Amino acid sequence: MTTSTITTKKPLNWRRIGAWALVAVALAVTIAPFLWMLRTALSSNSALASNAGNLLPADFSWNAFKRVLGLQSTEEAIADGGSGAAINFWLYLRNSILFATITTTGQVFFSAMAAYAFARLRWPGRNKVFAVFLTTMMVPPIFTALPNFLMIKNLGLLNTMAGMSLPFLFMTPFAIFFLRQFFLSMSREVEEAAMLDGAKHLRIFFQIVLPNAAAPIATLALLTFIGQWNEYFWPLLVGQDENVRVLTVGLSVFKSQSPQGAIDWTGLMAGTLVAALPIFLLFIAFGKKVVNSIGFSGIK
Amino acid sequence: MTTLTKPVGSASERSRKTNGHQGRQSKRSLTSRMGDLKIALFFIFPAVIGFVAFFLIPTIRGVYLSFTEYSILGEPTWIGIKNYTAIFADELFWNAMGVTLQYVALNIGFQTVIALGLALLMHRVAKSTFIRGALLLPFLVANVIVALLWFWMLDYQLGIVNEIISWMGLPRVAFFGSEQWAIPTIAFVNVWRHMGYTALLIFAGLQSIPNHLYEVANLDGASPTRTFWSVTMPLLRPVLVLVLVVTVIGSFQVFDTVAVTTNGGPVNASRVIQMYIYQKAFGESDFGYASALAVILFVILALVAFLQMKFLKGNESDLD
Repeated sequence: MTTSTITTKKPLNWRRIGAWALVAVALAVTIAPFLWMLRTALSSNSALASNAGNLLPADFSWNAFKRVLGLQSTEEAIADGGSGAAINFWLYLRNSILFATITTTGQVFFSAMAAYAFARLRWPGRNKVFAVFLTTMMVPPIFTALPNFLMIKNLGLLNTMAGMSLPFLFMTPFAIFFLRQFFLSMSREVEEAAMLDGAKHLRIFFQIVLPNAAAPIATLALLTFIGQWNEYFWPLLVGQDENVRVLTVGLSVFKSQSPQGAIDWTGLMAGTLVAALPIFLLFIAFGKKVVNSIGFSGIK
Repeated sequence: MTTLTKPVGSASERSRKTNGHQGRQSKRSLTSRMGDLKIALFFIFPAVIGFVAFFLIPTIRGVYLSFTEYSILGEPTWIGIKNYTAIFADELFWNAMGVTLQYVALNIGFQTVIALGLALLMHRVAKSTFIRGALLLPFLVANVIVALLWFWMLDYQLGIVNEIISWMGLPRVAFFGSEQWAIPTIAFVNVWRHMGYTALLIFAGLQSIPNHLYEVANLDGASPTRTFWSVTMPLLRPVLVLVLVVTVIGSFQVFDTVAVTTNGGPVNASRVIQMYIYQKAFGESDFGYASALAVILFVILALVAFLQMKFLKGNESDLD
């Protein structure tokens, strides 16, 4: 131990270099696959095999994107290694936007209303109801998915946007919990002043609480939107039909459409890139917000 | 907004009102409670609808269905615990449990260790938000997309990973196509997707450890390793337990990656429990049996959470 106190300076620097090397490896492992996605999407299927180890696009072409976005004729698509089956990416994109927007808007707004009732209003049984809501966080989604599927089916809402959205539309325990925590931390002074002035709760909620909580609500909406955009299981159960098919389901269908052993890799990667693009854009715009929102302050 | 922008009552007016309020407290509080109840019902109404219709009733119905035989057509018929006895004798169920456990062990083991390392790096060395953001990116991309991306990169013939493996002079690996590799591969793909997110959760915990403890350890001449085991780990433990509870529960419910890549195969090698439930319900239209499987999964998850909290003492840190 005595020698180590003398030589601490130098090993520490080596330690820093080693640490940064690890950071660099982690970043490379994280980012490289996305670059590979892009590289493949800009390649031609016929050239993939002979250039499997080439880091640049194999026989550069935009055809994969054209194929996915329906800008190629069936013959061209088949010639380029596509399945030739119609892929309606614009439709899936529209459905994904609709599904994610509807469910996010409803869920965040209704959860905010409930959170206000839990944080600001006094009523008998409030804490008990809140506790019951929280316990549902424990129920695994697969468990409620089966009965929910039966209900949506009985209501005749299979393969409709309503059937896809309804279970997500009203609340999640997490959203209520997250917003309630924030409402509780907000100063009540302005609200109390407005209350003395005769303002009703509805007005306080819309004109004071919502504007003051705009930042956490935006964060919650962002996280919810990303989650809904990525949702696969429920749309797989109730939204198989082309008219309501979202991108995640569309992509898995696209993959399985390919004839055995000859997957349209460039088309598939172009498709995944298009499907992930909104997430990349949101991330560039609001990444900092997302990063800073993650931690147990919000969950616990 | 007009009423809000004008000066809201002078100080004297406000205190008069509060005094008056206190003077008639018992009567006022009763009426105000009832008044709040009414408006509270309004505010909570949509959430209650969602809760009852899509959480409460389905939960009860799910338990009920698990005691019935029900093939989507017709009515469910009550058969008592027959589904459960059948499940305990069902080899595919035990296979699914084994496969799922193997997945959870590999996924959680690697993910937690890697994430802990990354969190320490984020905390000590790479402090920029940009780096944290970049490491989070895979988590924000859909499971399906991540699965397809790796399905391509790990392809036997054309995948870049096998290209590198064969370039190093090693035999190619059928990552998704062989029984022995399917589950480790799927576990790895999800480690890749989740490591940055998990690291951020742990990082948030690291930030809450008071700095002066490190200074004291430093003054006492503690080595970094010693500091890690004697200061960091004990104080981080509650957060680590929570991270484990959340990630283990999530891990047990793996589905998307399997559905998109192997669909449970080859043979039964990657048929995880949720895949089995899905196939029973929607492949074989055996909703009663599938519901019973879901009940068992639910019970397992509740037990796992309970045991983790109890034995890892998630709600108290060692230095208290």
